[in-house]
Amino acid sequence: MIEFEYTITDKLGIHARPAGLLVREASKYNSDISLKIGEKTADAKKIFSVMGLAAKQGDRTQITVSGEDESTASEALQSFFGVNL
Amino acid sequence: MQGKGVSSGIAIGTIKYCAQTTRTVEKRQVTDFPAEIVRFESARALAAAQLGELAVSTAQKLGKENSLLFEIHQMMLEDTDYRESVTQIIQGQQVCAEYAVQETAGQFKEMFASMDDEYMKERAADVQDVSRRVIALLTGIGEESLLGDKPVILAAEDFSPSETAQFDRDKVLALLTSTGSGNSHTAIFARTMGIPAVIGVGGALTPDCDGLFAVLDGETGTVVLNPDEVTLAEYRKKAAEQRQREELLLAYRGKKGVSRSGKEINIYANIGSPEDVPAVLKNDAEGVGLFRSEFLYLEQSDFPGEDTQYNAYKAVLESMVGKRVVIRTLDIGADKQADYFGLAHEENPALGLRAVRICLTRPDIFKTQLRALCRASVHGKLAIMIPMITSVNEVRQVKSILKDVQDELDVAGIRYSDSIELGIMVETPAAAIISDLLAEEVDFFSIGTNDLTQYTLAIDRQNHAIEPFCDTHHDAILRLIATVVRNAHAKGLWVGICGELAGDLSLMKFYLDVGVDELSVAPPLVLGLRKAVCDSE
Repeated sequence: MIEFEYTITDKLGIHARPAGLLVREASKYNSDISLKIGEKTADAKKIFSVMGLAAKQGDRTQITVSGEDESTASEALQSFFGVNL
Repeated sequence: MQGKGVSSGIAIGTIKYCAQTTRTVEKRQVTDFPAEIVRFESARALAAAQLGELAVSTAQKLGKENSLLFEIHQMMLEDTDYRESVTQIIQGQQVCAEYAVQETAGQFKEMFASMDDEYMKERAADVQDVSRRVIALLTGIGEESLLGDKPVILAAEDFSPSETAQFDRDKVLALLTSTGSGNSHTAIFARTMGIPAVIGVGGALTPDCDGLFAVLDGETGTVVLNPDEVTLAEYRKKAAEQRQREELLLAYRGKKGVSRSGKEINIYANIGSPEDVPAVLKNDAEGVGLFRSEFLYLEQSDFPGEDTQYNAYKAVLESMVGKRVVIRTLDIGADKQADYFGLAHEENPALGLRAVRICLTRPDIFKTQLRALCRASVHGKLAIMIPMITSVNEVRQVKSILKDVQDELDVAGIRYSDSIELGIMVETPAAAIISDLLAEEVDFFSIGTNDLTQYTLAIDRQNHAIEPFCDTHHDAILRLIATVVRNAHAKGLWVGICGELAGDLSLMKFYLDVGVDELSVAPPLVLGLRKAVCDSE
């Protein structure tokens, strides 16, 4: 299991567009990928779940990746967050 | 009826009113629920596949940016929470699939609607849109085909993205809605596709309008139902003129604006946000002569951050691929107010704390913008333009702040272009009169005729009572323009005009005679202006 933290810098937070991109990116990997902001947790492969987080700019997001391809997945996601969010 | 014209053009034809397909489905009990689940799954899979195709065709027609929405819709239908909810309702309540989908849609809509975020609240419409597609497949009613054989003016309360994307340009004369804003999907699609559109006409538009004959003006926002012969003739003439003009002008794409005697004037376009760039490219402007950066400030509740600005500037510079983009720095004040600036009330706002005066009073705000501009400069050909200059000293202060910003970027190891042009807007009589001195300091001038006229003639341009006194061709204005051009050319600077006067075809001879290098106008006027240059001696 790999965990990392990312603070959302995008002004709109995780709105529909990045949520869609995130789901698309996360779905490439077999690992379970979850996001946690405060008390709320979301499955990164489910669009409603991710949008339901209503992540805003400045929110500290804890990302947990767990599974056989967790190291590739977490690397890809770290750069995804950096570029898109 | 009167609404907001969001996409210009005249349409004359029959209105087809598309009743909102919020038909409620019957709650039918089923005994064989496994079969019902299979029914749901196959309809859902088909709907998702349709959305996938829609995404592909939209990407081809309108670019990838516009197709992502349908991919998101597809993801919604593939979402396991959504699917499980439908299946559980079918199983638990032993009801038909269409009812279960409607119930599920309701729950997810509720989730979005209860979110503490205006943007997310609106996503309820997306859930509705995708669920409606599945229900239509299940009930076999099919999405009522919006279009018959004859082209029509399509009317509705508002259109969903999946509806607009399916419109066949040849079958839609215009779009007309009772709700919606300038930023609604309907407005954006209409502009992208070049379909005339009037939105927000309110309660005047009812399902009873279906089948009525009407004329619609996408520029003024006026819609006339059952027009009389006179009105009809008037709009027919307007439409014919418009069509003729457009066809004629297409020939001027890819051409240069060169007069018969060989004088060249570059025709640029004025824009207010990155969203206007498609229109600039469509009309083949040779550059952006004025990108008003105000939209970044006016549509906000707080100062826009450096990254937000950087992204907007970068988007425009990249889409203009190497063509010059003149970005005007902050021009808040006077008639353009933003509350969070906390500006005090002024007796004479037009003569008050505005534009560069704010920037020099509060350099922190200015620095953020300059930093974003410098960072974006590596993505294209950037020219920075400072508004409301009245003295050489102001220009020197601006240059010193710009130098500070660039030094900071150097220290941080952040790249910026070394060929950024710096220019000023000549819009005060003072700047025009000392343009010989100002020319020593900058790379170009752009004459802002709106303010120059107001300040020179002492005429408030927002006061209609004094309109008769406002002679936009006043010799004082023309002499100032000639002086500015002469002084600029003496120092090797180029000069443009970016106010309303730039589009005044009756002044073309004057512009060519004094040697104006560039005229910048609204995108739809570009080709007409280029034609005027080519037709001149």
